Amino acid sequence: MSLPLAVADQGVTLAAGLSKTSDGEAFQFYVLGAVAVLGALGTVFAKKAVHSALSLAMTMICLAMFYLAQGAYFLGVVQIVVYTGAIMMLFLFVLMLVGVSSADSLVETIKGQRKLAVLAAIAFAVLVMVALGHARLGTFQGAGPANAGGGNVKNLADLIFSKYFWAFEVTSALLITAAVGAMVMTHRERLVARKSQKELVEERVRTGKRMTPLPTPGVYARHNAVDIPALLPDGSVAEDSVNATLQARTPVRDAVGLTAVTRENMALPHQGEAPELENASTNGAAE
Amino acid sequence: MNPDNYLFLSALLFTIGAFGVLIRRNAIVVFMCVELMLNAVNLTLVTFSRMHGDLTGQVIAFFTMVVAAAEVVVGLAIIVSVFRTRRSASVDDANLLKY
Repeated sequence: MSLPLAVADQGVTLAAGLSKTSDGEAFQFYVLGAVAVLGALGTVFAKKAVHSALSLAMTMICLAMFYLAQGAYFLGVVQIVVYTGAIMMLFLFVLMLVGVSSADSLVETIKGQRKLAVLAAIAFAVLVMVALGHARLGTFQGAGPANAGGGNVKNLADLIFSKYFWAFEVTSALLITAAVGAMVMTHRERLVARKSQKELVEERVRTGKRMTPLPTPGVYARHNAVDIPALLPDGSVAEDSVNATLQARTPVRDAVGLTAVTRENMALPHQGEAPELENASTNGAAE
Repeated sequence: MNPDNYLFLSALLFTIGAFGVLIRRNAIVVFMCVELMLNAVNLTLVTFSRMHGDLTGQVIAFFTMVVAAAEVVVGLAIIVSVFRTRRSASVDDANLLKY
C-alpha cells in the first residue's frame, strides 16, 4: 500500500499537471479495480444476502484503497471505519434479524422487468461512458496542491470547520434525527402489561395443566445430551423433557431404543454386572 | 494509466448498482445496491478533487458518507418494522398503499 502512495505523491510534486499516473498506481488500479467490479457483481448476483453483503464490503475496501492512492487519506480511513466497519455490520445485523435464508421471489410483478432492466443498464452504461469519453476533463492537478501545507487531514478540517461549518452542523442534527427515528420505528409497544411471577403462578394453578417445572433431558437415560428425553421411573419416555425448538429442528434421538435398554437394566438384579455401555449406544444408533 | 480510468470504473460500479436495484426483490439487497451507487459517486468526487487539486470534492464525499449513514439507519429500521408486520423482506409484498 505504501508504494503506490509514495510514488503518487512524488509524481504529483514533480509534475503539477500530470496526465499519467505512476506505474505502481496503474498496477494497483487494474488489480483492485477488477476486484471491485467482481465484488459489485457479487453484490447483485449472489443468491444469499449475506454473500451480497460480504461482496459489497470487499468492493468498499477496494474503494478505500483507491481513495488512499489518490491522496484522500482521511476519506480512505473513514471509508473503512464507517462504511465497511459500521454500515456493513449494521447490514449484517439486520440480515440476521430478518432471517438469513429470506430468498428472492422469482415472480415478475411487472412483465418483462428483467429484460428491460438489462437493457436500461446497458444503455445507461454506454451513455455515461460515452459522455465521460467526450468530456473535456482538463489536465490533472494531482492531490499535491490540495494536500500542501498541513496535509490532507488538516486542510480538510480547515474547509469543514470554516466554509462548510453550517452544513457540518446540520449533519449532526440529521444524524441525531436518524438515530431517534430508527429507535422510534423499531420500538415495539407492549399491548398487554408484563405478567408478574405471582400472576403466572396463579394462572398455572388455575389451569391445572402442569405445576412443576418440566423434567430435564437425559435424566435416567443412558446419555445426558439435551436432545435425549428423560426416562420416567417406570421406564417410559418423558417427551416434554426435550426443548420444543430442538424437537422441531431435529428428530429427537432414539427414545424407544433407550426405553428398551433402561427396562432391561431395571429388570437386572442389582448385584449383577453393570450392562455394557457400548451395546446400549450401538443399539441407540441403529434405531 | 490515465487517471480518467477512475471515472470509468466508478461509472461501471454505479451502473452495476443501478442494475441491482432494478432486478433484486430482497429489500436489504436493494439497499446494498443503493450503497454501492453512493460509493461509486464518492469515487468520482474524490477523483475530481484530485483532478482539480481542490479539496471540495472530498468534503462533499465526506458529507455523502454522513448522509448515507443516516439513510442506512432509517432505511434498515423501516425494513425491520415492515418485516415484523408482514413477515417478509421482499419489496413486492409491501403493496398495501397501491390501490
